[in-house]
Amino acid sequence: MREILELLERDAHLSHETLATMTGRPVEQVAAQVAAWEASGVIRRYTAVVDWDRAAAEQGDGAGDEAVTAFIDVAVAPARSVGFDDVALRIARFPEVRSVYLVSGGHDLRCTVTGRSIRAVSDFVSRKLSTIDRVQSTATHFVLRAYKRAGVAFVDAEPDHRLPVTP
Amino acid sequence: MRKLNEVVAACPPSGIRRFFDIAAEMDDVISLGVGEPDFATPWRVREAGIFALERGFTTYTGNAGLPKLRRLVCDDLAARYGAHYAWDGECLITTGVSEGLDLALRVLLNPGDEVIVPEPCYVAYEPCVRFAGGVPVRVATRAEDGFAVDAAAVAAAVTPRTKAVLLGSPANPTGAVQPRAALEALVRLAQEHDLYLVSDEIYDRLTYVGAHTCLGALPGARERTVVLGGFSKSHAMTGWRVGWICAPAPVAELCVRVHQYTMLCAPHVSQLAAVEALEHADDDVAAMVADYDRRRRVFVAGLRDLGLACPEPTGAFYAFPSIRGTGLSSAAFAEGLLHSQHVAVVPGDVFGPSGEGHVRCSYATALPLLQEALERIGRFLAGL
Repeated sequence: MREILELLERDAHLSHETLATMTGRPVEQVAAQVAAWEASGVIRRYTAVVDWDRAAAEQGDGAGDEAVTAFIDVAVAPARSVGFDDVALRIARFPEVRSVYLVSGGHDLRCTVTGRSIRAVSDFVSRKLSTIDRVQSTATHFVLRAYKRAGVAFVDAEPDHRLPVTP
Repeated sequence: MRKLNEVVAACPPSGIRRFFDIAAEMDDVISLGVGEPDFATPWRVREAGIFALERGFTTYTGNAGLPKLRRLVCDDLAARYGAHYAWDGECLITTGVSEGLDLALRVLLNPGDEVIVPEPCYVAYEPCVRFAGGVPVRVATRAEDGFAVDAAAVAAAVTPRTKAVLLGSPANPTGAVQPRAALEALVRLAQEHDLYLVSDEIYDRLTYVGAHTCLGALPGARERTVVLGGFSKSHAMTGWRVGWICAPAPVAELCVRVHQYTMLCAPHVSQLAAVEALEHADDDVAAMVADYDRRRRVFVAGLRDLGLACPEPTGAFYAFPSIRGTGLSSAAFAEGLLHSQHVAVVPGDVFGPSGEGHVRCSYATALPLLQEALERIGRFLAGL
């Protein structure tokens, strides 16, 4: 069943019928399993991986304006019985925050934040994030360019270099 | 001008060529006619090749190939299939299996020696036998038997001039994997008549049902078997041109002798990339094989839904459905499909007379394209 999750993570468009044929399982079983995963939260959401830089370049109509992203490292004073969890979830609930990880190294939490502009992200950090209780310091790294995200490298697909018919 | 070489001049050009010319003219063609992976070589292997270029490994290697690569090839064969060859003396790195096949036949054959070739089979087998001075003798295999080689049929074709049997498994174009019992019967026959066995195992890693049997690992086979393998299909390395021969020392030694004068060595950079492939790319291979398997299931089910009988292909990346129900010849089916629906397949008779009534479809193609191709084939069938 792990195979089905991996396939969906790569291409959420695959129909239950195709998934069933691919993995040699009855389609009813696949449909029931996917529904169960959706209900239990194993499958959280189906999304598209968007290359915002490309969107901005192609559309030229401000489509890429959402593309300001920053990694923000946060040092947190842990508290008895909850550790970092309460602060981490408090940060995670902001819609601007795309991801929050507890990490090893110089800081405790690593967050990804997106905003319409550098100013918007800066304001979020100074007004919301750094003023949360037990947040001791933050370090903000603005993303200059995304080369790969969610397992997808943002490069043009090579055309098929193979000859059309070969032995 | 005086006449050119008669053997070469008498050899017909590959029947695949004509379809290539037509398909190359079309811009929206979906080609199921490609005999190579649609994946690029795994990045770690390409990166190793780049590093080798940067370091300046642009020279010849020893004739037999890099010792490290030969060790890895032999260790891999032993670990995977229990086939044991000495890296120094029984293993040679070739410029792809194509060269390996040519070397093996040149070394085994004297003029007029017969080589039994079960067909349908890879298009190069018969020409390579002829170029080596031999005479190919076809033995039919049948879809009803899963294209398994029937030792009795092979025995019936044996004459005093028979020198060897040439077999590919898993097979291009059928996708068939020879059952172990069929191979064992073939080995007994070879012992009985003192025949060599040439085993093309380029698709060894691409099996989806059961495990691959290396012919060189079967009892009694080793001393009379030449095993050919490589990286083209398993590691998506067709353009690197790197393969190997494992054979008993007297055969391997003569293979090196021809190779040292005609090829000198396999490309150095490709050999270093192959080292990386054997050392670190097993996960990449497993991912590609899993992907082929999923496409295989979808594509074969799709063909059957369209009413085409399709023997279960258990290896390589080809389906070989029967098109007899349409009343068309393989060539007429392939041409009609290409012209009316812009889907390229290869007519089965290109691979031998027993391939007539079938077409070869490669599923080394992205899934959405396979699904689109199935729809187009359905429209073609409906319009007949």
